[in-house]
Amino acid sequence: MIKAKNKLGLVFFPAFDWAISPTHPEREERLLYTQDQVFEEGIEDINGIKFYNPDMATVKDVERVHFCVPDVMTRVTQSHLISAGGAIKAAEMVMEKDVDKAFAIVRPPGHHAQRVVYGDRGFCIINIEAVMLENIRQRFGNKKIAIVDTDCHHGDGTQDIYWNDKDTLYISFHQDGRTLYPGTGFIDEFGGPSAIGYNINIPLPPETGEEGFLYVLDNLVIPILREYKPDIIVNSAGQDNHYTDPITNMKFTAHGYAELNHRLNPDIAVLEGGYSIEGALPYVNLGIILAMAGLDYSRVKEPDYDPEKLRQSHRITEYIKELCDKIYSCWRRKDDIQRETIKNKQYISRSRNIYYDTDGIRETQTQKFKVCPSCSGVNTIQSRSDLGYEIFAVSIPRDACKACIDEGYKMYEEASRGKYSKVYLQDKVNDVFMSK
Amino acid sequence: MIVGLDMGGTHVDAVLIDKGNIIDVAKTPTDHTNLFGSIWKTLNCLLKDKDISSIEHINLSTTISTNAIVEGKIAPVGMVIESGPGMDPSFLACGKENIFITGYVDHRGREIKPFNPEEIQEAVAKFRDKDIKACAVVAKFSIRNPMHEINISRLLDDEFSPVTMGHMLSGKLNFPRRVYTSYLNSAVYYVFKSFCESIRKAMKKENINVPVNVLKADGGTISLDAGQQYPVNTILSGPAASLMGALAFKPGDKDAVFLDIGGTTTDISFVADGISLFEPLGINISNYNTLVRAIYSVSIGLGGDSAIHVEDGEIEIGPRREGFPMALGGSVPTPSDAMIVLGLLDFGNKEQAVSAMKQIGDKLGLDVKGTSEYIYKKMGTMIKQEVNHILDEINSKPVYTVKELLYGKKLKPQYISAIGGPAKALAPLLEREFNLPCYVPENYEVANAIGAALAKTTAEVTVLADTAEGKLSVPEMGLYEKIDKNFTIYEAKQKALQLLKEKASAIGTIDKEFEAEITEESSFNMVRGFYTSGKNIRIRAQIRPGLLYELGGANND
Ligand SMILES: [Zn+2]
Ligand SMILES: [Zn+2]
Repeated sequence: MIKAKNKLGLVFFPAFDWAISPTHPEREERLLYTQDQVFEEGIEDINGIKFYNPDMATVKDVERVHFCVPDVMTRVTQSHLISAGGAIKAAEMVMEKDVDKAFAIVRPPGHHAQRVVYGDRGFCIINIEAVMLENIRQRFGNKKIAIVDTDCHHGDGTQDIYWNDKDTLYISFHQDGRTLYPGTGFIDEFGGPSAIGYNINIPLPPETGEEGFLYVLDNLVIPILREYKPDIIVNSAGQDNHYTDPITNMKFTAHGYAELNHRLNPDIAVLEGGYSIEGALPYVNLGIILAMAGLDYSRVKEPDYDPEKLRQSHRITEYIKELCDKIYSCWRRKDDIQRETIKNKQYISRSRNIYYDTDGIRETQTQKFKVCPSCSGVNTIQSRSDLGYEIFAVSIPRDACKACIDEGYKMYEEASRGKYSKVYLQDKVNDVFMSK
Repeated sequence: MIVGLDMGGTHVDAVLIDKGNIIDVAKTPTDHTNLFGSIWKTLNCLLKDKDISSIEHINLSTTISTNAIVEGKIAPVGMVIESGPGMDPSFLACGKENIFITGYVDHRGREIKPFNPEEIQEAVAKFRDKDIKACAVVAKFSIRNPMHEINISRLLDDEFSPVTMGHMLSGKLNFPRRVYTSYLNSAVYYVFKSFCESIRKAMKKENINVPVNVLKADGGTISLDAGQQYPVNTILSGPAASLMGALAFKPGDKDAVFLDIGGTTTDISFVADGISLFEPLGINISNYNTLVRAIYSVSIGLGGDSAIHVEDGEIEIGPRREGFPMALGGSVPTPSDAMIVLGLLDFGNKEQAVSAMKQIGDKLGLDVKGTSEYIYKKMGTMIKQEVNHILDEINSKPVYTVKELLYGKKLKPQYISAIGGPAKALAPLLEREFNLPCYVPENYEVANAIGAALAKTTAEVTVLADTAEGKLSVPEMGLYEKIDKNFTIYEAKQKALQLLKEKASAIGTIDKEFEAEITEESSFNMVRGFYTSGKNIRIRAQIRPGLLYELGGANND
């Protein structure tokens, strides 16, 4: 019998009875062929690989991360709670040392879900990685965590959630936002005032191939991780960079994903997007499983794999080299950039328009971050959606000082219910959530 | 009248049953040098002075195939393995000669790359060189499209026999298990065949002209002829026989734990709503995971004759046996000795049992009675812990739908059924430990033979339809045919039931016991682009496993 080098936990939950709509890419069929491949390869018989059922995330788990408008249960289905619960289960198995590594192959995905949630964006309602990490931090203490997002789309939700948190380094590889939804993820989106440099975007040109991805990994991501020294590495393992994906334009392969995973060596991987359900997912998921288990993945190849066709152009190779140099030098200068940005400011705000493509909702919001010398600073969101809601949310960060905690509660008390349809307080120090 | 016969490691037991009543039983020691002879001797003993003409059929549970595998007395096998992309297949090598060939069928049964006939010619030459007769051909995803296996086996048929094809053994996905199961089937083929021939010859000689069936690991039977083709299905039928036997005494539709408490081990099985629980994929034998459908059974190293030692001031029972109980002249104390001291068992020399308990008690500062009670109680605790642990595993088995995760059935035993030597002595203790009623059937010494006698024929078929490809495949029957684009899940179910009926009569089912059921059904819309291109339908149907009759008389309360 074959034995895995690393003990690997798999939370494989294809939710065969749930879909956004019958012909939506995020539908019942999505993990069917992955299951076929995983079963046919006999993965469940490998000594050291164990399958787990997901748990269900609770409303409290979601409220640690999101301001769902008007509340959690109005916005999420049981499937969303199971998907996030699957991610939590995976992380829990790693934290409790039941396994060395874990991979949550769950759906629906979550990395487009931002702090405020009016509905579904890019097939996401709640951010399953963030819900997972905040649950884990509550139970196992605050950890320094790096999230490496290999989905083809920019993980704008994860970026938003960890924008001002330097205990969470967010690195996203993705197809350039000028050519793909959600249209964000440029290199100057570099983190909030207390975490400048801890949000790293790597927008890659369409047609980037295996060579490009691995170049970025080896020459930018891994050096940064080495300097950051995270306690946990999470791979937000979207699989839509694959050359057969119907909604993107990249040239990445199953073998490439496995190789990337092997070199990145994450503790936890969580499936995000990926909609080539037949041509890519069975092979990419198998490749990642084998790589995480420390097994040979060299023979994982798509039926129509042709290295010649998948070679990236010389022009792209050169472009990526320059891009990496530029981003790396920004990373090195992050402290200077932070000083220049903050100067003597007491508050820093940013305003954004957010579009919920799946549900057709428009939102405008202003985030205001307090620049505090002793913590990450209490911060607020004022948001309005064209559904007619207007909300005010106060968030007290995990590392908040006494002054910021007091200020947060004061702002919540003083916010007038006449002006807003909902007012929220998220106190991450005391794990308290309130709304009125 | 029907005859049930169970070949165990120490005894061959046989029983004659008439409409639910036990007419007679016979028991002879197993002669390991002549297994067929032991069977025949027991049958002769049972049928002496009986009206042979009123026998309807004979069901045998034999260890022929099991022993051949465990003892390595198997034929050399030439393996042809088409693994396609995925895991490195080198770990699958299991026969005398393994040929890994190119070619590939994908998960939907589409041929991606044909096999290369030259590679098959090379295989033929190598098998010939090594004097191999038995072969097996196994391809990845062959249950979705068996054409590669079928065409390759045609190239081997002239020269080799048997040529086991993977897709015929199970409709379940798991390529490594398909390889091992096919290998074992070819490996035990000749041993089992010669056993079948001996049976037929002896029957003819004695003028017994009734159908003979063999018991399978799933607690069902198969005709001798069908068994001869796929002998791998007859491995490890012992626990199945014992569960079916116990079930005959205590039928019903509840969840329950079944314990077979022997001298060396305790086998733990379960029924859910009265139906035995199966291994999710198949049974494991000699470190080979197989696709052989089998009753779920976990064996723990704890029995009446388990050795007891004191380690660091704590009593350790099992997991090994180191000879007889001291009451029977052994040198190491056992739970049986404890139960003899407590008056719960009555055999051997009680004084020796007392000295066994004293030997343990002296190390712990306990008197003889206290020691015996401690050991007795500990045995119950150990069984309970193990049962609970297994129940946790069963109840957390992976599920794949929101509905199953939220509302899926959880196994919750309502009673215990215990058989085996120390069963009666342990029953009151188990009742207290589990807080459940515990039944011990009267004729438990021959429960396995009773189980074999009363077992029904079982069979399973899998129907896979892909309407986008316009293909239907029924792996266990080697069927692969075209279907209409409008083929529905209803038609698939009808097809499954009809094929099951055909298969049932081919393997010896009598009409009155044919009760079919659909065990799995799913239909996925396949969407390509933004429109539905077809349906992916998956149906599994089985003859409902169970008993021909329930036993009348005592123990049914
Ligand atoms: Zn994506
Ligand atoms: Zn502060």
